[in-house]
Amino acid sequence: MFVELFYLLRAYGVPVTVTEWLMFSQALAQDLAGSSLTGLYDVGRACLVKSEAYFDQYDQAFQHMFQGVETPQEIADEVWQWLADPLAPLHVSEEERRALLEALGDIDLEGLRRSFEERLQEQTEAHHGGDRWVGTGGTSAFGHSGRHPGGIRVGGRSMHRSAVKVAAERRYRSYRTDARVDVRQFEMALRRLRRLSARNQERPDELDLEATVRSTADHGGLLSLEYQKSRKNTVKLLVLMDVGGSMDPFVTICSRLFTALNRATHLKDLRFLYFHNCVYDHLFNDASCSTRNAVHTTQLLNELSGDYKLVLVGDAAMAPSELQARHGIIWWGQANEEPGIDWLRRLRRHFPHSVWLNTIVQAEWDWAYGHHTIAEIRRIFPMFELTVDGLTAAVSALMVRR
Amino acid sequence: MWYTARPVKAMDSTTPTYSGTADYIAAPDLMQTVDVAVALGRPLLIKGEPGTGKTMLAQSIAHALAKPLIVWNIKSTTKAQDGLYVYDTVQRLYDGQFGDHDVCDIAAYIKLGKLGEAFSHPERVVLLIDEIDKADLEFPNDLLWELDQMEFFIPETRQTVRAGQRPIVVITSNAEKELPDAFLRRCVFHFIEFPDPATMRRIVRVHHPDLEDGLLDSALESFYRLREVQGLQKKPSTSELIDWVQALAIAGVEPARISARMPFLGVLLKKDKDVEAARRDMAGGRTGRGT
Repeated sequence: MFVELFYLLRAYGVPVTVTEWLMFSQALAQDLAGSSLTGLYDVGRACLVKSEAYFDQYDQAFQHMFQGVETPQEIADEVWQWLADPLAPLHVSEEERRALLEALGDIDLEGLRRSFEERLQEQTEAHHGGDRWVGTGGTSAFGHSGRHPGGIRVGGRSMHRSAVKVAAERRYRSYRTDARVDVRQFEMALRRLRRLSARNQERPDELDLEATVRSTADHGGLLSLEYQKSRKNTVKLLVLMDVGGSMDPFVTICSRLFTALNRATHLKDLRFLYFHNCVYDHLFNDASCSTRNAVHTTQLLNELSGDYKLVLVGDAAMAPSELQARHGIIWWGQANEEPGIDWLRRLRRHFPHSVWLNTIVQAEWDWAYGHHTIAEIRRIFPMFELTVDGLTAAVSALMVRR
Repeated sequence: MWYTARPVKAMDSTTPTYSGTADYIAAPDLMQTVDVAVALGRPLLIKGEPGTGKTMLAQSIAHALAKPLIVWNIKSTTKAQDGLYVYDTVQRLYDGQFGDHDVCDIAAYIKLGKLGEAFSHPERVVLLIDEIDKADLEFPNDLLWELDQMEFFIPETRQTVRAGQRPIVVITSNAEKELPDAFLRRCVFHFIEFPDPATMRRIVRVHHPDLEDGLLDSALESFYRLREVQGLQKKPSTSELIDWVQALAIAGVEPARISARMPFLGVLLKKDKDVEAARRDMAGGRTGRGT
C-alpha cells in the first residue's frame, strides 16, 4: 500500500530504506494508524523518518502524495524570505470581510492556485500589508497573517483560520541541516578529526587489565601488573583564515568556527594563521595582518611536516590578478614575486590533506562575485561550503587515508 | 489527567495503549508513536530540545502501563558490554588467592548490566537508555543484535540471556552525535517539538497549580516573545520557564510589569550575549515596518 510514497520520499531526499518500509507496512497491517490521514502521517513519520532534519522533506512528500499540491522548492524559498518578517495582524471588520468575499465570488481552488503561481512568477520582492502581492498582514489572497477570507496561506501561523489551503506549512524547515548554525554544531563536526594511535607513545602508561589477569594466572595467582601504551589523537591541524575586505559579511560565521576550533581540545596541535584574500610570501599571526607579526610562508612550510591537515577558510573571491599575476597582491608597497596561485599549489603539494572552506554557499559558486577565482582555486583544493554539512564533508575529506 | 480525541483503532486486548499521565502531558502524535513502538516491539528513539521532557516520557510510560522501569544512564565512558554483563575477574582472582570462596562457579562472578536485567526480568519492563549520544560513536552499533533479538550470550558460562517478554525500550538523544544509520533503521523515531503556548500553560499548571491566571498569561507571552528574539545562542526552555514563574510568584511581580521590565532575566538566559540581545530587542520594540 502507498508504495508510491516510498519513491516520493526518496525523490525528496529522505533516506528511507526497505527495512523501514517493512516496519511501516507492519504497523499498517496491525492497523496502528487507524483510518485517519493524521494517523497515517504520524505512523509514517515515526517509522520512515529518523531525523528531524528530514521532517520538512517528509511533509512535502506527504503533501505531494495526498493532496496533489505541487510545492516547487525554488519558488517557495524566495517567498519564505519575504514572509520572514510579518506585520502585526490586520483587523478587518465583518462588513469589510463580507465585501471581500463578495468581490471574490465563489472560491475556486484551482483558479486560486493558478493565480497564486502566476502571482509568484510576477512578483520580484517582498510586500507586506498590501492587497495584491504575496506578503503578510494584508488582504491579498496570498501570504499569511492577513485577512483575506479565502486565500492561500503561505507559511506563518494560521491566525484567522480562513486559509482554504495551506500551500506550505513546513513547520520543520528550521531543522534542516543544510542551514548555517552555531558553535556547538561546528564542534560536533570537528570531533571527527580524530585518529587514535599508540605508535607515538614512548612508554606504556595504562593498566592492561586483560594482560594483568592472564599474567597473574600464569604466576599462580600472584598479582602481576601489565601496562600498555595509551592511545592518543595524532591529528594536527593548520588553519589559514582570510580576513578583511570581502570577508566582512562572514565575520559571525567565521568567529563561530574560530571558537569551535579553539575549543577542540582533542587535537594534538592546532596552528591558526591569517591571510588577506590570497596566500603569498607572508602569513600573519593576528587578524589585522600587520607586517610586524608576519611569518614567512616558506619558513612555516619548513617547520610543519606534511602530516598537518590544512584548512583554508575564505571566500576565494578576488580580482583575477590577485591570484594569477606577479605583483598582484592587493596591498600597496608590497610586491609578490610569485603569483598567489603558485603559493596555493605549493601549500597543496606540501599538505596532501587539505581543504578549502568557502564562506560563500555552494549554490552561488558559479555566479557570485569572484566566480573565476573560485573555479581556479577549486582546481587546486577540494572546496566545501562553510555550513555544518560542508564542514562534516570537509572533515571526512581530511581524514581519508592516502 | 486529560484525554485527547484520537482515532479509534482495532487493537487486540493484550496491547495496552498509552495516553499520558497526570503529571506528564503528551501530544497526540507522541502517544501514537509510543503505541506503534510498543505494538511493533521496536525501540523508541526520542529526540528534542533540552527540557522537552524526553526522560520523563519513559517514566510516564512505565507509570501509565504499570510496568517496572529500568534506567540505564549513558556516560561518555559507557561501553555496550556494561549494559549486558560484567565478569568480575578481579574479585574472582582475589577470592582465589585467599581460597575462602568457591571460585569454580563462574556464574557467581557474572553481574548483569541494565540491559541484562531488563531481559531477565520476569515481567515486561520499560527500559530507558538515557542520552545514548553521550557515549562513543560506535556504541549504538554494538547494541544492534541485542536490541533486535532481545538476547545475548555469555561465553564464560555458556548461557544465553533471552527476554521472555520484549521490554519496551525508550532511547533518548540530545543530538550531540549523529547515530549510525543501521541503528536508526531499527528504531521508531519521534522528535518532541517545543510545546506551544496552550500545552505549555498546562505544563506550568502541573508544577504550579495555584498560580494566578494574569501572572501566567503575561509570563507565557513574554517567554515566547523572548524565544523569538533573533540571535539567541541558547533559547530558554521549559525548566527555565518553570523556575522563572516561581521566581515571579515569590517576588510578587505585578503581571503588567513583566513584559515591560522582564525581571529575573538571568533565570531564563544564561549567556551574557543573550541577555544583551534580549535587552536590545526590548529597547527597540516593534515599529511599523512594511511596504
